Amino acid sequence: MIELACDIVSSARRAGATDAECTIVEGQEFSANVRMGEVENVKESGSHAVGLRALVGLRSGSAYTSDFSPAGIGKLVESAVALARVTSEDPHAGLPQPEELGAAGGDLGLYFEDIENLPAGQKIELARQAERAALDLDPRITNSEGGSFDSYYGRRVMANSRGFAGQYRRSSCSLAVVPVASDGGQMQRDYWYTLSRSFAGLEPAPEVGRRAAERALERLGARKVDTQRVAVVFDPRVARTLLGHLLEAVNGDAIYRHSSFLAGKLGQAVAAAGVTVVDDGLMPGGFGTTPFDDEGVPSRRTLVLDQGVLRSYLLNTYTARKLGLRTTGNASRGVAGNPGISGGNFYIQAGPHPPERILASVENGFYVTELIGFGVNMVTGDYSRGAAGRWIRNGELSFPVHEVTIAGNLNQMLVDLEMIGSDLEFRGSVGAPTVRIREMTVGGR
Amino acid sequence: MSFFRERYNITARDLERCLGEALGRGGDYADLYFEYLSTSSLSLDESLVKSATQGISVGCGVRVLSGEKTGYAYTDDLSPEKIRHAARVAACIASGPEASPPVEVGPASAIHNLYPVVGAADQDLRAKLDLVERADRAARAHDPRVFQVRVGYADQIRRLMIAASDGRLVEDCQPLTRLSVMALARQGANVQSGADGGGGRVSLDYFQTVRTPEEFAREAVRQAIVQLDAVEAPAGEMTVVLGPGWPGILLHEAVGHGLEADFNRKKVSAFSGLLGQKVASPLCTVIDDGTMEGRRGSLNTDDEGHPTSRTVLIEKGVLKAYLQDTLSSRLLGSVPTGNGRREGYQHMPMPRMTNTFLLAGDDDPQDIVRSVRRGLYCATFGGGQVDITSGKFVFSASESYLIEEGRLTRPVRNASLIGNGPDVMTKVTRVGWDLELDHGIGTCGKEGQTVPVGVGIPTIRIDGLTVGGVA
Repeated sequence: MIELACDIVSSARRAGATDAECTIVEGQEFSANVRMGEVENVKESGSHAVGLRALVGLRSGSAYTSDFSPAGIGKLVESAVALARVTSEDPHAGLPQPEELGAAGGDLGLYFEDIENLPAGQKIELARQAERAALDLDPRITNSEGGSFDSYYGRRVMANSRGFAGQYRRSSCSLAVVPVASDGGQMQRDYWYTLSRSFAGLEPAPEVGRRAAERALERLGARKVDTQRVAVVFDPRVARTLLGHLLEAVNGDAIYRHSSFLAGKLGQAVAAAGVTVVDDGLMPGGFGTTPFDDEGVPSRRTLVLDQGVLRSYLLNTYTARKLGLRTTGNASRGVAGNPGISGGNFYIQAGPHPPERILASVENGFYVTELIGFGVNMVTGDYSRGAAGRWIRNGELSFPVHEVTIAGNLNQMLVDLEMIGSDLEFRGSVGAPTVRIREMTVGGR
Repeated sequence: MSFFRERYNITARDLERCLGEALGRGGDYADLYFEYLSTSSLSLDESLVKSATQGISVGCGVRVLSGEKTGYAYTDDLSPEKIRHAARVAACIASGPEASPPVEVGPASAIHNLYPVVGAADQDLRAKLDLVERADRAARAHDPRVFQVRVGYADQIRRLMIAASDGRLVEDCQPLTRLSVMALARQGANVQSGADGGGGRVSLDYFQTVRTPEEFAREAVRQAIVQLDAVEAPAGEMTVVLGPGWPGILLHEAVGHGLEADFNRKKVSAFSGLLGQKVASPLCTVIDDGTMEGRRGSLNTDDEGHPTSRTVLIEKGVLKAYLQDTLSSRLLGSVPTGNGRREGYQHMPMPRMTNTFLLAGDDDPQDIVRSVRRGLYCATFGGGQVDITSGKFVFSASESYLIEEGRLTRPVRNASLIGNGPDVMTKVTRVGWDLELDHGIGTCGKEGQTVPVGVGIPTIRIDGLTVGGVA
């Protein structure tokens, strides 16, 4: 595969490209869903794709294909080079400098054979066990959208005309359950999941089912509350969405386009002093871990917020040049197109407060366990989303709440992150603990 | 069988052998989904066309149904051996003894003719570059406060062939085109954005004759400029008036997803078991129609080879039908409504919406606004989402205004609205005569698969929806 990628780069050069980079991905996926104890569906297959970006001077064009025949590859090269002749000259376009290229060494824990070797029957059985645990927990768990097991293993290969050639294998698997609870005419669903690079790293199936069922049960009897301004506590699953917004706000593309509320704020205090946020592309076994980014620049650890002060954006080569900075090794793309930016393992460092103590600190407030909708404006920071969870009274969880909104502005919400939990938890590439926000508007009756 | 036979040499005999293998362990039904997707896209930023991409993705998905179970496998290599291998993998969902039932497919079925065979994808690249450059110039010229403009253009041609073990053979060639514009405007430290876009299953002429790049650009800029003067949105329950067109996303989230047959068959939808019952005010008739010419949500055939249709979901407030795919209609003893859709050959089909809209009523839209003493008027929306089990749905208003004493007064900042699907439509008290469909921008996500859709609505008044502002 590396040879193929290098050959494609050479072909692009012969076809008139001054620089070129080629990405190949191949992978095998498996998924199974078991519903009410019966297998609902099983999918098993593999696919591959190749992408090419060609530069002709300061213009770039891209193409991709799933056709690896000589004719297919020929068309790929021809298209990418032809497109690179019609786009605009961009003074900041180009590949990384040769000295910026490379790969992090050592075992990053990205690939485990146990997934490739696991028989389909065993995967289906785990989905069945997880769902069974949810259905058995309580008679009010009356239905289910099923238990599911998904796995993937594959390879990513990259080569460019500046001398970089590299590849790495990855594996992953996940187990999830979506039970439905009903009582008194009300129906509620929730979910829980575990995911890992290795089969051995998954949480036990009965535990996943039990957590999912508990979450669904906790939502039964939910009601609306009056509109009011109160303290809001996010559980770790919901707090991760806040990190997702922050990740979007420090994305170099949004920064140079002034379409982020954090544009131009490097060096300024933008969050409460207890907030330290790290992007670590090298955490062993992490879902945001890679030896090199999608331009062939080694992954690294970047301090993004240091005790509330914005220390770094996340950048690729292009956005770094636009902003007069250095790439942070966060280039990202599928197989084709100009590189975008994505986080590595992006997290808030754990704080001093156990989650129980955070809840205990709230006299009247809202513990949010689920958010829906897309009501976040990255340009202004305006934030308004649908929410569900539990009301907090005198430091204790009280009745369940739904059909309400929570609203504020991300600028203020970051400053108002007054308590950071000690329960930092990763699920995928983003990690967060329980957090308390001083005050937000809950929209209800 | 023109395209796939000519290019990949796939014969009727190949299809029959593969389907025979797919049923080789006793499955009830099997189908093959061949897809050849070619895409192209351009993006302009800072007045430079910074990227241009073309791509091709080819593959075949094999599906086998056995009772309620589905086996699925796919290949991105269209050689008969690889497709037969996928068929044998999918076949294992059934566990009967080895068999080789005879299957006969063809001739190809007739389907609708809703869009041009030659879409924008075959047209000149220069003409597409011209569109994005025109949109950029128009946006910048429209108001001096505009300081950033991004324009995206994307088109695709999806050629598909579906062969099913019940003998059906269907081929289609589906064009899809979209132009989008995003503008940022600045006044002092206040920065606001506006966006517009549109297109459909159309050729490039659409952008000359129906809606020009200048119109998209001016609309995006108009929204950004309006937001510069916006005040904080209110919070709490109030009367909401939705303007015509894209706010039809309300129907998509509040009722559409909840009426997809898979959720109802499994009884996990808030609408389960409500057929024949009143779920909306008598003013409401909700339609899903995949047969509207040239529209983004329209299809000559769904992704299971069934012709799309016009389905009355809610008639004068009464729930009439669910959206069916092959599996659900088999299990429910119903007929497919042509709503079995999938993102591509790597995905299993499921019931999905096409173009979903509310029929026009009798009211003058201006009277509807005048009838509200205090409330919110929503002109444009961002995205929405629904929890189909609890029925709670949200959508975000990106352009809305306070209604005070029957008049639109100040624009307000972005806010989400939240409601309960099964009862929000019972609170519809006025329906305008101004039904409009959206401009062709909608993309719907379900279980990790996205498909293009359309929505539409006339001006309506809803007496009581929770607005998620801060004021």
